[in-house]
Amino acid sequence: MYKCFLYMILIIFFTGCKGEKTAALTCTDSFNGDGLEIPVYDFEGITPLLHRNDGKTRIINFWATWCKPCVAELPYFELVNSRYPDDKVEVILVSLDVPNQVESKLIPFLKKQKIQSKVVLLDDPDANSWIPKVNLNWTGSIPATIIYKGGVRRFYEQSFTYNELEKELKKVL
Amino acid sequence: MKTLKILVIVTFVIAVSAFALDKVSNPKMSKGYSIGDVATDFNLKNVDDSFVSLANYEEAKGFILIFTCNHCPYSVAYEDRIIALDKEFKAKGYPVIAINPNNPKAYPGDSFDNMKKRSKEKGFTFPYLFDDGQKIYPLYGATKTPHVYVLENTAEGNVVRYIGAIDNNYKDPDAATAKYVQDAVNALLEGKKVPIEVTKAIGCSIKA
Repeated sequence: MYKCFLYMILIIFFTGCKGEKTAALTCTDSFNGDGLEIPVYDFEGITPLLHRNDGKTRIINFWATWCKPCVAELPYFELVNSRYPDDKVEVILVSLDVPNQVESKLIPFLKKQKIQSKVVLLDDPDANSWIPKVNLNWTGSIPATIIYKGGVRRFYEQSFTYNELEKELKKVL
Repeated sequence: MKTLKILVIVTFVIAVSAFALDKVSNPKMSKGYSIGDVATDFNLKNVDDSFVSLANYEEAKGFILIFTCNHCPYSVAYEDRIIALDKEFKAKGYPVIAINPNNPKAYPGDSFDNMKKRSKEKGFTFPYLFDDGQKIYPLYGATKTPHVYVLENTAEGNVVRYIGAIDNNYKDPDAATAKYVQDAVNALLEGKKVPIEVTKAIGCSIKA
């Protein structure tokens, strides 16, 4: 809990530095292991991240380590993240791993794969209440991805190749 | 060194995606059933090596059909609740029928042998069927595990009355405030309309 608070301060500090007018995210907890910090949000807590309006394009990918097609497409999201400047495109990997597997599965996975994109955990078990708020057509299967910039928003309940992902990103950029 | 690594990755991705260009980017899945549709019967192999069809259950008032599997943490989290559903409703005419829709080539943990093992370990009181060839789940439109279809046995056939999650808290049964499947079956047993007919849940994508 203390870690979570610290993380909030950091977010406020950094966003303050960049001069963005963004609401700070309020996480409910955070995991820490192996030098990695994974903030945990419920849906209300993560909502501001899905609706920022600062001129930056955000790619929000819902995934989990137990989801094979999700893991298969992660390198493409990493590549987009590394190829586009941070002030233009931000990739956020929203993990739906179960909380008791974060330390045993998620953190070791991120370490091993050297994942550079921002990773957060969405821990909100009442999925029926929040899935339609992400997108009305989402059945709840993952991978699922939002690409948005301000009011322009696209939603995909599918896997991507690199070319497909970049093509869709360019529609929003 | 790092540049070289990135270069190698980029080259690889370009090479791979060149081959993938012809791939249809958004394959059209059959949409599956809606509430009120008549669901298909099937004849699938059970973990006891017998074959099970809905038609075998002449006395059944309906079914709690659950697409589930071994490897998925969400399915595992619900196993005890699936057993409890069977215990509560089998005697009342709504037995649980579980179907593993996954291709074991994609998930070796979901092979028929591993289904037998899991069924034994957990003491499943219901049939746990293997969708050999992954032919049945697309007809229902199941996209993930666990994915429940409550069917009512009528003169026209097995009519879909509820589609979705078991309850509204996969992590903790005691914290679940809405028990969708129980509420649906209880309503049907009382001859009432199912209160919530469709719900959504996070689950493991079915891999054919």
